This record gives sequence, structure tokens and C-alpha cells, in this order.
Amino acid sequence: MIRFSDVSFSYSAADEPILRHVDLTIGEGEFCLVVGATGSGKSTLLGAINGLVPHFTGGRLSGTVTVDGRSTRDNPPRELADLVGMVGQNPSASFVTDVVEDELAYAMENLGVSPEAMRRRVEDTLDLLGLHELRHRPLLSLSGGQQQRVAIGAVLTASPRVLVLDEPTSALDPAAAEEVLATLTRLVHDVGMTVVIAEHRLERVVPFADRIILVPGSGDELIVGRPQDVMAGSPVAPPLVDLARLAGWDPIPLSVRDARRLAEPLRLRLAGLQAGPPTTPTPASTPEPIAEAEHVSSVYGTVMALNQVDLRIRRGEVVAVMGRNGSGKSTLLGLLAGLRRPAKGRVRICGQVPGDLPPRKLIKLVGLVPQDAGVLLYCSSVADECEASDGECGLPPGTTAATLDRVLPGVPRQHHPRDLSEGQRLAVALAVILAPAPPVLLLDEPTRGLDYPSKDRLVRLLRELVAGGHSVVIATHDVELVARVADRAMVLAEGEVVSDGAAREVVCHSPVFAPQVAKVLAPEAWLTVDEVRVALAGNSR
Amino acid sequence: MGVAAVRTTNPMLLAFIAVVVVFVVAARRSAAPWSRSLAVFFRLGLIVIVIRVVVQVVFGYRLPGHVLFTLPHVPLPGWAAGVSIGGPVTLESVLQAAVDGLRLAVILLCFGAANSLASPYRLLRCLPTVLYEAGVAVTVALTFAPELVITIGSIRDARRLRGRPTRGIAGLRGLAIPVLEGALDRSLQLAASMDARGYGRRFAAPAHRRLATGATALGLLLVMLGVFGALDPGSVPSGGIPVLAIGAVLLAMGMTAGGRRSPRTRYRPDVWRLPEWGVSLSGCAVLGAFVIAGVVGVQGLQFTPYPLRAPTLPLFLCIGILAGLLPAVMAPSPRDPGYREADEEMVDLVQSETNPSAGVPGVAR
Repeated sequence: MIRFSDVSFSYSAADEPILRHVDLTIGEGEFCLVVGATGSGKSTLLGAINGLVPHFTGGRLSGTVTVDGRSTRDNPPRELADLVGMVGQNPSASFVTDVVEDELAYAMENLGVSPEAMRRRVEDTLDLLGLHELRHRPLLSLSGGQQQRVAIGAVLTASPRVLVLDEPTSALDPAAAEEVLATLTRLVHDVGMTVVIAEHRLERVVPFADRIILVPGSGDELIVGRPQDVMAGSPVAPPLVDLARLAGWDPIPLSVRDARRLAEPLRLRLAGLQAGPPTTPTPASTPEPIAEAEHVSSVYGTVMALNQVDLRIRRGEVVAVMGRNGSGKSTLLGLLAGLRRPAKGRVRICGQVPGDLPPRKLIKLVGLVPQDAGVLLYCSSVADECEASDGECGLPPGTTAATLDRVLPGVPRQHHPRDLSEGQRLAVALAVILAPAPPVLLLDEPTRGLDYPSKDRLVRLLRELVAGGHSVVIATHDVELVARVADRAMVLAEGEVVSDGAAREVVCHSPVFAPQVAKVLAPEAWLTVDEVRVALAGNSR
Repeated sequence: MGVAAVRTTNPMLLAFIAVVVVFVVAARRSAAPWSRSLAVFFRLGLIVIVIRVVVQVVFGYRLPGHVLFTLPHVPLPGWAAGVSIGGPVTLESVLQAAVDGLRLAVILLCFGAANSLASPYRLLRCLPTVLYEAGVAVTVALTFAPELVITIGSIRDARRLRGRPTRGIAGLRGLAIPVLEGALDRSLQLAASMDARGYGRRFAAPAHRRLATGATALGLLLVMLGVFGALDPGSVPSGGIPVLAIGAVLLAMGMTAGGRRSPRTRYRPDVWRLPEWGVSLSGCAVLGAFVIAGVVGVQGLQFTPYPLRAPTLPLFLCIGILAGLLPAVMAPSPRDPGYREADEEMVDLVQSETNPSAGVPGVAR
């Protein structure tokens, strides 16, 4: 179906090629997962399938890419629209019209499909993706998961034979991600669609994949193979695979179901050696909370974004706020950071009301890194950014630069923030926020678009901060992150607190939010591979 | 209704028109964001009346009659003849001004009603196929506005998070660059998405199509000019009707030629059915009643404060206006599933479109 023969690509003549001599064949009806670190060339590989690379991005491509016998050399993306459907990371940026139904019809209008066929296909797609109740809704009023499904539907109506998706679930909560992936599997099995998908959160996609294409980066040869084989040697791996390596399971299980069947001996070993999992050292908690929100409510138009929410954060504590897209997580962080005032209730940070403080005083008490960390940065180079930050916060020169080195050493100082990788950009934003040393740090969806090594670094950094007496609140969908760093977890739904308690209990008792390790080793409440490793090591000693 | 309002100066009739329009809107309004525009236009209308009266009181031409009160007169030099400041204020002049203001307000109200009932996107769908590209550009621009508001909000938040001013000139400068950057980013992503979805695929006869597009655009322009001329004789040199005719012919030619060539199809085009006919006819009936009254010379169409008396309410015109109520019953309810919202006031919209004082609908907001 898709054939790469001897394809090399570089964005400019001076650059090292990002893909080098790629030979790859993807058959009809395959579900292919593309994995690799950030900046390794995953998106480039995907873009080359429908010709957006190089027709739209520029750059130099040698060799040929053919889709169903048609070469991207002779056919620009618009001519391949009936063959390849492309869904990007940010669905709302790709919408052309305003209403769900029109958006679904847009590609067909361009292709000149007859009105009767168009009507039929729109109805079919609405049913296939479960969108029929949303058909007249304005696109901007949809939640992230719904938008992503509409974006998939909008390319499906053109009845392509290949669907290419670049991180389709990165912005979605676990339930919505399941929904999208289930849809994709259905397409592969029912319609024989060929699906090529890039994703960072492997734990979500690996169970569905037929084949994995590992892009090692810097132009090295691709590693292609069955998921079991590739995962066994992959530098990026979901927690399940890490657990399997630790326990020495063979073949490597890819789904929780497979793992549970193999896990019986491990469960016995763990249960035998101690009654409960090792308790993580609780931070020295002061009775007086450093930040608190009391019965806060917040209203957007007629929507109740938050309703009577209580949150107390003690010094040196990591609190994870979880919940569906649109459940009020970001609003809660906004209230704590003083971006908006609560309609009811009160917020206190170190005894002060954040909404009343002038910005300059506020940043010394609380720092928020928003979902898109890049909006915090506005200078033309990283070095300028650090200087500007020192000036604004009244810090001695070099403080921010030193903070940046502590967060992530080796960020190129002359680069424009936009040219950095996702992880580097987050590091710069974190440095800018952390420079005035606010005792309370708020992170909104920090792992979006981060690969596993960057995530590991973030986890280490957060642990250091907590050890240094900072308090951290994370709003996230990433259950594995919660499992690794959070002391307490709070689940919001429609602006109300559903559960609030020790992270271990909250996470393990919810089928949606449970991390993979917990699912495999249930009913014992183990959260991470590291915990298991430490326990096993302690036992053998 | 808008055109009808232009043709009368009777305050009773004007008020009656306003009531009918508001009733229709209340009966057939959908929950879409543009539905709230009627209230905005209502307030705008009130402001117009007040301004008109105040201007008349202070600067207005002095009509003789019953003097209400006298403002101190400011003598002006000779070149400012015809303009006076202060002086005696008569009941007649105030009344005249109020009616003038009311007329403008009712026209605005009609325009607001059209806006609140018809989605600007649906209007764009009615564009002929040849103008498709222009239509897409406008649609993208319309979606862009709310996104821009969201972007600005997040950038303001980001500035506050870094402890920087969000107000004043410094705040504005810091805002402009990231907003522009964001807008550029978005347009690039959108272009990629449109390209990947087959926008601008090869066509058989591009030269022919361009010609057709040109003809259509020129025709539309001429039709607009012609309508302007027809409504206000003397404003277009060659007179309205011939220009209108030439424009219409050009438009028809361009549309048929372009439409036939285009391989693009339209998803669920709005069908013109019985309710649509009914709604348009009821709109025409109102207009017809006023035109006939004007020609035949029915008493009460025009109102002047000389001699000062209460305005009458001519029965014939009342029936005419009542025809404007029909859409409230006849047009499908927007809550009806399976039927796309609010066709009813397309008529009103067309009327305000032909009304030079109302501007171009859908874009004006």
C-alpha cells in the first residue's frame, strides 16, 4: 500500500538528513505504530506519506514514496486527498468550517463527490464515530476528544485507503483516548483501512499495533518488526514492557490481559515478601497548608466550571488533579495562580489572596506553567529569555540561566524558543517560572508531547523540588506520571471533586486512572516498575 | 420590512413594524451565538433616536411652531449659514427628529433581526459555486475571530504569570507580537490541513473559470450599484435600472458558465421549498403594500408635524405589515430536528441587503 524506496530527507541542504535511505513497505489493512524520541523524524516520516513533506514543508527528498502506486513526487497532497487522510496533533487548528456536519463534508466537496453519495457518507461516518448527536454543534463548543473524532471523521468521509495520525491522543484524557483508539481498531478490522500512527504514550497504543516502526533518530536505520520483538530492545518502552523485562517474561506481553496471565508467579513472590507495597517516604508535612482553596466555585457564561471545590496543599507535597477534558482542572490552577478570581469561596497562598496581588509579587509566591508552555516565552533566543526574566523578577543576573542548567543542562542558548524540542521548551519555561523560587509550582499537562527520557527527567526534577520544600500541583491525564510522583490525587468531574486522597488509593481504585503496573498486579497496590524493582532487590538481599 | 421602513415616516407604522419584527425573532430564534445580535441592534437603535433628537435640539434647523423652551443662542459667522447652535426649540422639530431617528432605528432593528436569525455561514453557503474560493476565505476569517479572542486571553494570562504588565501601552506591545505569531502559526496549520484535504485540486479549464469568477464578481458589484440607484435616484449617474439589468445578466452568465465547469459539489445545499416561498412572499407582501400605498397615495403613509396632530393608522398598511408576521408561524422551527435552522428571515436579510443604509449583512458585524 505504502512503499518507501531509498528515501532520504533533509530540511535544508546544510542539515544532516533526518531520514536516510529508508526502505519500508506497509501493507493493506495494517495498524502501524511509529515510535521514537522527540525530534527523531517521526512526523517527517508521516508527512512524507501524503506529500506534505516536502511539498508543504520544503526540504530535499530523494528516493520515491508511492501510495497505492501513485508517487508523491508527481502528486501534491491535494491530489492524494482521496487516498490518504491526515490527522494532525491539534485538531482545532485544522478545522475549516464551523459546524460538525459541514466539516465532515468539506473534503468531499473538494473532491466533487455527488450530493447523494455525500449525504450517505456523512451519515455513515457520523454513525461509525458516534458523532450523530453532535452533528449540528459548532466545532469550538466540542471537547478535545470530540474534536479529535470529528477531525478523524473529516478525513474519513473522503474514503481514503490510508489514515495517517500524528499523536492523536496526546491532548486527550484516558477515556477519550481509548475511544479514539477503539475507533481506529474498528476501522482496521471492519473496513481494512491502513493506519499509520505516531504516539508518545506507548502504553495506550502498543496493544493495538500490528507492527512497530522505531525511528532511532539522527538518520539511523529504522527498526521495523512485530511489537513483541521491537519492544524487547526498544529504548522507549511502556511500563508494561519494563515490568516484563524485570520479571524476565518471554514473549513480552503487550496488553494487560497477556501480562496478567504471566504475572501469577510475580504476584506470589511480591505478596509473599511483604503484605503491602513499600510506603513512599511521606514529606515532612506542616499542619498549616501553604496554599488552600476553600469552597471555590467558578462560572464561565452559564457553565459551572468549578463547584464548591476544596484543596489544601501542604509544604513539600505533590498533588495530582485528574479528570476528563473540560472537568475544571485548568480552571482550578488558574484560580490558584491568581489569573482569575473565584465566583464564590476564597483562595489563599501563603496567607495572601493571589487575585489581589500585583503580578510582580505574585510570581514570587506561585508559578504556573500552562498547557502550551511556549506562550510563556516571547524573546528571540533562549539567552535573551533568561536575561529578560532576571530583569523582571529583580534577580541577580544569571539566576535564570543557572536554574535552566539545573532543570535541563545543554539547552542551546542561541536558538529561538520555537526551534527547541518540546522537552527543551518546557525546560526553559520551567526555568523562567522557577527562577524567583515560588514555594508553589503549578503544572498544567506537563507531559504533553514529551518522550520517555524527557518525562524521566521531569520526574527527577519534581522530586528534587519537593525535597527542597516546594509544593507542586499537576493537572494531568498521564496516569503513569501520577503514579510516579504524586503523593495525593484528586479527581474532578464536571467541576466537582469525585475523589481526593492518597494517590495510591485513588489511582488503584479507578479502572480508568489505574496505571498499567497496578492493573497487572492488582489486587496488590503497586504503582510503578521501580517500586517492584526495589522490593525484589530488597528480597534477594 | 427594512425597505418598508424607508418608505414611511408615520411613527405608528414604524412602531408596528418593530413589534412584528421582534415577535418573529422571538418565535424563531435558535440557540446559536449570533442570535443575540437583536438586543445589540435594539440598543443601537435607541441610541440613534437619542442622538438624533439631541442633535436637532442643539444644532437643528429651526422649524416654526410651538416653542417648548429656548436655549441660549450662539451666533455663528456667515459661512456657517444653515447651521445654528441653540435658539428656540419647538415641539414640531423635536417630533420630526424623533420620527427620523425612529425610522433609522427600525431599519437597524430589521437588520439585527436578519442577523440573529440567519447564520453568516449559511449565507456563505448560498454563494454561487464560482465564488467558492472567496467564500472559503470569509468562512476561515469568521472562525478566526473567536480563536483570536482565545489566543489573546491565553497570552495575557502568560504575561501575568511572568509578572509583566497586562494593561497600558507596554502591555499592548507585548501582546501584539505573540498574537501575530499565533495567527501565522494557525494559518500555516490550516493551509496544510486544507491542502491535505483536497483544496484546490486541478480543474479542467482554469482560464475559463477565472473569467467566470470575474464576470460574477463584476455582476454582483453592478447589481449592488443598481439597487442603490433604484432606491435613491440621482446617486448613480446613469440611473439605477439599466445598471441593475446589466449586472444581473453578467451575474447570470458568470454563474452558469462557472457552475457548469466546476467539478466541486455542494453538501446538502439549502433547498427552496414551500416554507421558503411563503416566507419570501410574505416579505414581498409587506413591501408591496407600502409601494402600492405610495403610488395610490393612501392617507397616513407620510407623517409631518404640520399641522400638529396625532398620526393615523391606515388599515391597508396595517394588514400589509401583518403579512410580515406569517414567517413566525410558517417557517420551520429551528428546534425541529432534521431541518437546518432559521430560513425564515432570509427574506428580511435580502431586504436589508438591498437597503443601502444597512450595509452588507454578515460582514457588517
